[in-house]
Amino acid sequence: MQNDFIRIQEQDFDLTAEVKALRKDDPRVGAIVTFVGTVRDMNDGSQVKGMTLEHYPGMTEKSLEEIIQQARGRWDLYKTLVIHRVGPLLPEDQIVLVAVTSAHRGEAFAACEFIMDYLKTAAPFWKKEETPEGSKWVDARVTDDAAMARWK
Amino acid sequence: MKLELRFFASLREGLGLSGETITAPAEVKTIADLRDHLVQRGNPWAEVLASGKVIRCALNQVMVSDSTALVEGAEVAFFPPVTGG
Repeated sequence: MQNDFIRIQEQDFDLTAEVKALRKDDPRVGAIVTFVGTVRDMNDGSQVKGMTLEHYPGMTEKSLEEIIQQARGRWDLYKTLVIHRVGPLLPEDQIVLVAVTSAHRGEAFAACEFIMDYLKTAAPFWKKEETPEGSKWVDARVTDDAAMARWK
Repeated sequence: MKLELRFFASLREGLGLSGETITAPAEVKTIADLRDHLVQRGNPWAEVLASGKVIRCALNQVMVSDSTALVEGAEVAFFPPVTGG
């Protein structure tokens, strides 16, 4: 039975439908933690009119599989799901979904946060924002490195 | 050594190139050597891959450091620090 699901796609996702599918026919599940990342209309003091997400096909899937295996090495998880959108997005659009099922909430909360922190520093996605001053690539944040470092 | 180069995001735009196949000279043994070799081509390579810039590298789709040894036929990707999620 497949337990880890990774999807890179242009189209939007439906949180309710994804959670329903992930927990379906799995009465062991006592906790489902989900994280949804969305597009803000402001970043670094600039208005954001839209953005485009680029990725590295092939490496993206491999790096996400590696991140999930690391999470499984730390916590008892039943199923995991990562959906990351690519292509053009607008403010309020959903970018990423991480969902984890487990017997208990502690493991599910921790694993969801871990997967998100690792994704932010190790998965090859790049954002290019459209602002009133023109388009610009988003710089990586020092706070993302710090968030990842606390899991070492 | 034959290498398949890939460039992403701001590097791809700066170079105007998403990838190329090269045959690197014998003295190019590591990621750092390869970067220096490409910088020696002059602009835009010198500017985009300048030593002061923080650039990540992947060898056969796994993130590696500057000191990692290259291997024959490898896919080598250069890109800026990642910003997804």
